[in-house]
Amino acid sequence: MSKLNLLRKGLGAAVLGATLLSTSAVVSAEETIKVGVLHSLSGTMAISETTLKDVMLMLVEQQNAKGGLLGKKLEAVVVDPASDWPLFAEKARELIEKEKVAAVFGAWTSVSRKSVLPVFEELNSLLFYPVQYEGEESSKNVFYTGAAPNQQAIPAVDYLMSEEGGEVKRWVLAGTDYVYPRTTNKILESYLKSKGVADEDIMINYTPFGHSDWQTIVSDIKTFGSAGKKTAVVSTINGDANVPFYKELGNQGIAAEDIPVVAFSVGEEELAGLDTKPLVGHLAAWNYFQSVDAPINESFVGEWKTFIGDEKRVTNDPMEAHFIGFNMWAAAVEKAGTTDPDAVGDAIIGVTVPNLSGGYSAMMPNHHITKPVLIGEIQEDGQFEIVWETSGTVVGDAWSDYLAGSADLISDWRKPMACGNFNTKSGKCGGSGS
Amino acid sequence: MYCLRYLLIPLLCALIGISNASRPAQAADLETALSGLAEKSFKSRLKAVDEIAATQDERASEILETLTKGKLFVANPGKHIVMEDPATSGAYLFAATGESAGSYAKAAIKKVKINNRMRSAIRKALGTLTLGSKDRNRRLTAARSIFNTRDVSALPLLTNAIAAETDTAVKREMERARAAALLASEADESDKLAAIEIIASMGNQDALALLTQVADSNSGVVAERAERAIAEMKSTLALWGTAQNVVYGISLGSVLLLAAIGLAITFGVMGVINMAHGEMVMIGAYVTYVVQDVIRASMPGLFDWSLLIALPLAFGVTALIGIAMERGIIRFLYGRPLETLLATWGVSLILQQAVRSIFGPNNRLVGNPSWMSGSLELGQLTLTYNRLCIIAFTLVIFAALFVAMRKTSFGLQMRAVVQNRRMSAAMGIRTKWVDALTFGLGSGIAGLAGVAISQIDNVGPNLGQSYIIDSFMVVVFGGVGNLWGTLVGAMTLGVANKFLEPYSGAVLAKILVLVFIILFIQKRPKGLFALKGRGVEA
Repeated sequence: MSKLNLLRKGLGAAVLGATLLSTSAVVSAEETIKVGVLHSLSGTMAISETTLKDVMLMLVEQQNAKGGLLGKKLEAVVVDPASDWPLFAEKARELIEKEKVAAVFGAWTSVSRKSVLPVFEELNSLLFYPVQYEGEESSKNVFYTGAAPNQQAIPAVDYLMSEEGGEVKRWVLAGTDYVYPRTTNKILESYLKSKGVADEDIMINYTPFGHSDWQTIVSDIKTFGSAGKKTAVVSTINGDANVPFYKELGNQGIAAEDIPVVAFSVGEEELAGLDTKPLVGHLAAWNYFQSVDAPINESFVGEWKTFIGDEKRVTNDPMEAHFIGFNMWAAAVEKAGTTDPDAVGDAIIGVTVPNLSGGYSAMMPNHHITKPVLIGEIQEDGQFEIVWETSGTVVGDAWSDYLAGSADLISDWRKPMACGNFNTKSGKCGGSGS
Repeated sequence: MYCLRYLLIPLLCALIGISNASRPAQAADLETALSGLAEKSFKSRLKAVDEIAATQDERASEILETLTKGKLFVANPGKHIVMEDPATSGAYLFAATGESAGSYAKAAIKKVKINNRMRSAIRKALGTLTLGSKDRNRRLTAARSIFNTRDVSALPLLTNAIAAETDTAVKREMERARAAALLASEADESDKLAAIEIIASMGNQDALALLTQVADSNSGVVAERAERAIAEMKSTLALWGTAQNVVYGISLGSVLLLAAIGLAITFGVMGVINMAHGEMVMIGAYVTYVVQDVIRASMPGLFDWSLLIALPLAFGVTALIGIAMERGIIRFLYGRPLETLLATWGVSLILQQAVRSIFGPNNRLVGNPSWMSGSLELGQLTLTYNRLCIIAFTLVIFAALFVAMRKTSFGLQMRAVVQNRRMSAAMGIRTKWVDALTFGLGSGIAGLAGVAISQIDNVGPNLGQSYIIDSFMVVVFGGVGNLWGTLVGAMTLGVANKFLEPYSGAVLAKILVLVFIILFIQKRPKGLFALKGRGVEA
């Protein structure tokens, strides 16, 4: 007993210690525009977020090589929120109040975004959030350059339902137990039902973070898939837990032709830590793949490899989101002639910049962007082969049309409306929702 | 049956005769069919696959197999379909004829992309094309794939193949495949009923899936029979499901035991609250990574041995780190558990960040040796080899440790020091030396656990964190200072978890197990098997 008690106390103290350890780079210089980079460089999320910090440094360097912005050099201020959600808010405050950055690029998990959101609204600064998320949110101060559910989840399901995708009739929605999978699965469930899928043809399963023992769940999926109807797994399983999941699939002999898995959180970076041979044919839905065949992508991949000094490093979707977000911000600053958050926020709506798949992405009034949706199949070399894509770009929808209470909401930050949750039924700003 | 065979043989000869007669025409057919693979849309390429299969050309199976491997290319100019020449690197062969196509520049060739739908079509086509293959395993795969695709058009071929088959296992698979295809066809009721018997006798998930389809798509006697078979199979499958849960539970328990067994020594026997235990597991896994990396670079032939090579190295490295920790930090903190906890937690953070700086924050790829991939079908149980190996490995480690503790003089000294330090010192035992070695042993075993865990989990800097809480849980539950307690504790938690999981989901199962342990510790603070020792008194 006493030992357990001590253990708990000690853990608290140790966490405090870890917090104090995390570093912040403070370099001040006059006549520069500061750009905040808020990505975890240590802790659980370092695996995904370190790369985004690097890509931001590269983008800033490239912009400076082009002469900076408004005649000033850019300076990246990097802080490490150490995968600790409350620390994200603290570090965001430090960036805005102490470092006086013009805009912040950062956050990965939805929890960390929710944690920094009040800080950005209170101090009126801008956040560019580069990761696919569950939607149901719209803030004056946040620009969502990752995919909303209608830019990733719904097209993926559409593809699987199509003749080309195998006419899937039975669905396993498997996810890690937190806000993004829960909300996405709620949207997907209601979408599938609207398409006539019966209750007993949908199986929903949640697992804890970092789940590593997939034996039971994979064998459940196998059983569920043997009901004589084409079955697919829609996976919102988060980063790390995917590796043992796919290993177990391979070992239990589930091939992509039998039960394909389409993942929303598995990209090139995650596959790099994986033996991909048993996974060939499983799918992922993103707005960008490294294998996209476009000259602009080719040069981006080349620049990235040179910048990082490693031929083996890969590019992925959130990196493209930062690429688009940063260029949009830069264009808006040029347009507004100032880095004032309000002026930039107004100017950025309608700004259109090239994306890496050879087209253009535009910032919409709801602070989401237009993106193409691509479905890729995992290849033996850890890359994706694009097997399907939307014919044009898809506009990100902040409020899902498939959730009760959010279907009537729209978001439009242009004046005079300037409202993140306008209820079209009651005609008032601030309907239900956050 | 006999007369059927007499009828069939001439028929078969006739077929072969026809195919021989039309050979030249077919090469051209194959060429046209192949050209469809150069098309842009998946739909036309899918059609091309069917056309290639329909030519019945003897090169067709080779071409389709190359296609699934992603080794078929479109070469420009001319949009020829080519494959790599196995004889000379950089040279290509025309897929249609197998004749040399010379060499192409990298930019001039493009891989023929396939998707899942094409893969299924190819599998189906290969099923019929390779049914007559000389290779036993290929015939087996062919039969299995026909079973899956239930290709009605393969029925006459199957009937021939069954008649000609000599291998009983292959023959059985073929009969099953024939039954499956028959059920999809417009055959007589009596034939279908016989087919259902064959399928029902398989008794597995695949059979269940097939019969469910049959019950849905047929009516009358056939549907009734299928439903009766389904009901029977469901009850036996439920029994197998229970057995499966026990096996999964033991497998999970063995991973828990593996992770906890080192801690049972450092925490259980010595009483050191060792928060860096998880990092020892992590370092063991990284040693495996480094070993595999070296092997991949210099001696790829040794890859299957990589784990065996990694074992002693992982033990050595982590044991040395453990001894250094004990000598450098922990020995100053004996009897002060709070400080020990903070110090070892600090060490764990340092080790994590060190690994992150050296190897990067990303997960590292640790491959499974070929003997650890795949699964064993035992009745209706699917046992994956890597899990089986881990169960066996855990038990070996446990037995070895048990023998070391009970039968060796070092084990005797270790237990003596734990029970009465001053008396042991008076008997001439170098207690400090024993302390260091004991801690080294515990850490080394954690390193061994790391080698095994690298086979089922991510190898990244955070690997250890996911095991530390579970390890403490097992040791506290089993009874501090008792190896048997650790064994029983780990297995109980593993099996309980796996029986809860199907009903409550993985998240709730974990919570329930935790609540159970808390209640249990309230009732029996010393765990399952209490033992006297320094750890308990502290």
